[in-house]
Amino acid sequence: MFRFVLVRLLQAIPVLLIVISITFMLVRAAPGGPFDSEKNAPPEVIQKLNERYHLNDSLITQLSDYISNALQGDLGPSFRYPGRSVTEIIFTGLPVTLELGLYATCFAIVIGLLTGLIASYRPNSWQDYSAMTFAMTGICLPSFVLGPLLILIFSIWLEWLPVSGWNQFNGDKILPSITLGAAYAAYISRLTRGGMLEILSQDFIRTARAKGLSETRVILKHGLKGGLLPVVTFLGPAFAGLLSGSFIIETIFQIPGIGRLYVQAAFNRDYTMIMGTTIFFATLIVVFNLISDIIAAMLNPRITYKGKN
Amino acid sequence: MQINSKSQSSYFYLIIVSIFYLSGCTSGQLSNVESGNEAQILHIGNGTEPQDLDPHIVTGVTEHNILISLIEGLVSKHPENLSPEPGVASSWDISDDGKIYTFQLRDNAKWSNGDQVTAYDFVFSWKRALTPDLGNQYAYILYPIENAEQYNKGKITDFNEVGIHALDDKTLEIRLNHSTPYFLGILDHYSTFPVHKPTIEKFGDISTRGSEWTRAGNFVGNGPFTLKEWQQNKIIIVERNPNYWDADQVALDEIHFHPVDQINTEERLFRTGQLHITNSIPPEKIDTYLNDSPELIKIHPYLGTYFYRFNTTIEPLNNAKVRRALAMAIDRKLIVEKITKGGQTPAYTLTPPNTLGYTSTSAIQYDTNRARELLAEAGFPDGENFPELQLLFNTLDTHRLIAEAIQQMWKKELNINITLYNQEWKVYLDSGRTMNYQISRAAWIGDYVDPNTFLDMFVSNGGNNRTGWSNAEYDNYIAMAALASDIETRYQYFQQAEKILNEEVPIIPIYTYSRVFLKSPAVQGWYPNLLDHHPYKYVYLEQVNTDN
Repeated sequence: MFRFVLVRLLQAIPVLLIVISITFMLVRAAPGGPFDSEKNAPPEVIQKLNERYHLNDSLITQLSDYISNALQGDLGPSFRYPGRSVTEIIFTGLPVTLELGLYATCFAIVIGLLTGLIASYRPNSWQDYSAMTFAMTGICLPSFVLGPLLILIFSIWLEWLPVSGWNQFNGDKILPSITLGAAYAAYISRLTRGGMLEILSQDFIRTARAKGLSETRVILKHGLKGGLLPVVTFLGPAFAGLLSGSFIIETIFQIPGIGRLYVQAAFNRDYTMIMGTTIFFATLIVVFNLISDIIAAMLNPRITYKGKN
Repeated sequence: MQINSKSQSSYFYLIIVSIFYLSGCTSGQLSNVESGNEAQILHIGNGTEPQDLDPHIVTGVTEHNILISLIEGLVSKHPENLSPEPGVASSWDISDDGKIYTFQLRDNAKWSNGDQVTAYDFVFSWKRALTPDLGNQYAYILYPIENAEQYNKGKITDFNEVGIHALDDKTLEIRLNHSTPYFLGILDHYSTFPVHKPTIEKFGDISTRGSEWTRAGNFVGNGPFTLKEWQQNKIIIVERNPNYWDADQVALDEIHFHPVDQINTEERLFRTGQLHITNSIPPEKIDTYLNDSPELIKIHPYLGTYFYRFNTTIEPLNNAKVRRALAMAIDRKLIVEKITKGGQTPAYTLTPPNTLGYTSTSAIQYDTNRARELLAEAGFPDGENFPELQLLFNTLDTHRLIAEAIQQMWKKELNINITLYNQEWKVYLDSGRTMNYQISRAAWIGDYVDPNTFLDMFVSNGGNNRTGWSNAEYDNYIAMAALASDIETRYQYFQQAEKILNEEVPIIPIYTYSRVFLKSPAVQGWYPNLLDHHPYKYVYLEQVNTDN
C-alpha cells in the first residue's frame, strides 16, 4: 500500500512538470500580453513593466526561473492584481470553492444514490424511467441554464432564496450547491443504477436472497458495496472537476472562489495567475485520482496495489 | 424499507421546515436597499474586482469609482456641469501665458490619519506617478507638465527639472510645456491623486509596484471616505472620513462596492433590492425597463465614440475615396435605433458634439448616392472587382450585430462583400497594435472633457493611431492647437484638424456612447454628466415607498 502511494506520487512529478511546461508555452503563444489595453501606454512604460516582470528574458530562462521559484513555494505576484501574490489569491478563494464543491458533492451523492437505487430496484418500471429521465435532464441541462432557472423560480418568483452571494445572506449557498451538484447527481444516479444492476444479477446476491434475507438487507449490505464501485472511482475526479469547473456557477452566483479567478486570469493574460491555478488544479486532480484509486482498491479485493493485474 | 405513514409525514414536515430554516425566510429580511436607505449606506454594482487601489498603478473605471471616495486631488469637479471646483487646493492662479499654475492648499486638508496634506505630498506623489520603474500606465496624463514626459521616459533623471515645485507647505507651483486649457480638468484623474508618503515608504519605496499599503487597515487617503474592508471578489466597504476637510457635506455613512462582473446577475441583484445602482444593464432588458419601470433606468450622455478603424496601408483602403464611400454608406440612425437601443446618438465625426463647447462643423454625410460615385471614381463601379475585405471585432454580441448590419448596408448600397470575424479581447488588441487587420471595430472614451483627448489620437505614429494613417497638416493643426493661447483659436485648429479627418476618413465614427444603468429612486445627488463622474460627497439616500 505504502509503495503504491509512493510510486503514484513519484509518477505525479513528471506529470506536473509537463503540465507546467505545456501551459507555460501555450499561454505565451497566445497573442496579446498582460499590459495590452485599448489605450496604449507609451512604449517606454511597457518596456519598464516587461523588465520588471522579466518578460524580456528568453522563454526557457523564464520557464526555468518559474519552476525553481515554484518549487520554493513562490508562485510570483499576479500581473492583474499587483498588490497580491498568486498564492495569496488562490488561498483566499480556495476555502470558498472547497465549501461549494463539498456541498455540491453531498447533494450529488445523496440525490444520485437515491435515484440510482430506486431505478435499479425496479428496472424498466415507472420509477426507473422517471429517475433516469431526471438523470438525463440533469446531464443535459447546462449549469448556465439551470442556475438562472432556479434563481427565477426560487429567488425572483417565490422569494425564498437570495439571487446570489456567498455568506452574505441567509440561504445563499443552497442554489449554487444544487446547480453545481445537479449534473454530477445525474451521473452518479446512472452509475449507481448500472453498478447495482450488474451486482444484483450476480450469484452471491441470489444466494443471499435464497437464504431469506430481507430485500433491504440484500441491497444495502451486499449489493451496495460492489454496486458503488463505479461511483467511487467517479467521485475522485468528479470532486476535482467540481472545484475546477465551478467557474460558471461562481460567475452566475457572484461567489468569490478560484474558478472565476482562473478563467479571468486567462482573459487578462495574467501569466503567473494562470500558471499558479493550473498547477494547483493539476495537483488536485492527481491527488483525488490517487485517493479514489485507494478507496476503490479497498472496496474491491480484485484490484491489487501492484498494478500487475 | 417500510416507513409508516405517520413517520413519512413527519419526514416531509422536517424537510419543509429545514428548507425554510436554510432559506432564512428571506422575505422577512430587509434588503440592502431598504436597510441602506435607513443607515445611509449606498450599494453600488461596480463591474469587476479592482486591480488595486493604488492610484498610480490602476487603469480602469472600476478603480476610479472607488478611488474618488478615498482620495481627493487638487481640484475636483462640479457634479453636474463638471466645471473645476476647489479640492485640496482652495484656490489657484494661472499666469497670463497659461503656463504656470500656482495652487494654494487649504489649511484643513488632512490625511485620514490626521496628518496635514501639504504641497510636498503632491511633489512626492507626482514624482512617484512619473517614476519610470513604477510602470504607471497612465503617467502620460501628467505629460503636459514641463519635462514630465522626459522624466517618465528616463531621458532625464533629476526630478528638480520637472515643473513640479512646492514653494512652501501650502503652495504648489506647476509649470507646463505650454498653455493647456484642460489642465484643471485632469486634476481629479486618479493618476494625479496624492499618496501619503510615510505610508508608501512604510511598505516599500517610491518605485514599489504592488505593496500592501492599499490594504484595509494600512490605507491612508485624504478623500471623503476611508477604506474599512476589502474582501477580494466580494466587497469593498468605505466609511465616512471624519478628518476630511468637507466632512459636513458628506451625507453617506458607508459605500459598499460590489464587484459583480456578470451583468445579468447584477440586474437580478438590483431587481431584488440588493443594489442601489448598477454598472450596466443587459441590452435585451433596456426595452422592458423603458416600458415597465422608466423611473429605474437611466440613460446619460457619455464622452465616448464607437468607430471603425481602417488599415490605410493596404489596398484598396489606402485610397481615401474608398474609405469615404464606405463611411458614407452606413445608416447610423438605424444602428442606434434598432440595435444598440440605449440612447446612443449617431456619430458623423470623431469628437462627440459639445465637448467643452466644441462641436465639429464638418461631418461625414450619410449619402449612399455619393458613396457609389466615390467607389466608382476609385475604380470599383457598382463594387466590381472590389476585393473581399475582412471586418474584425472583439467577441461580443452587440459588436457582431452592428458588424452584420454594416455588412448588409455595404452589400446593399455598394455591392461589396465583407466577411466578419471576431477575436478574444487580448488577441484583438494585439491585432490592432500590430495592424494585423483590414477594418476593425474600436472605441475611445475621453480621459478629460476636451477635443484633444480624441483628436491627438490620430497624429502620425501616435500610440493609439493604429491605422497607419499620417497627415502632416493634421499633425500641424494638433500641435498649433496645443500652443494656442485662447480657446477660440484653439478650437479653430481642432476644427481644421477634424475636417481633414472627415475628408481622409482613416476611421468611421458610428455612434456616440451613452451610459445606461439602473438606479434606485432613493439615490439623490447622482447627476448625469459626460464623464460619468459622481463625487460621493453630494450623494445621499432618501426614503422611498416604492420597492427598490
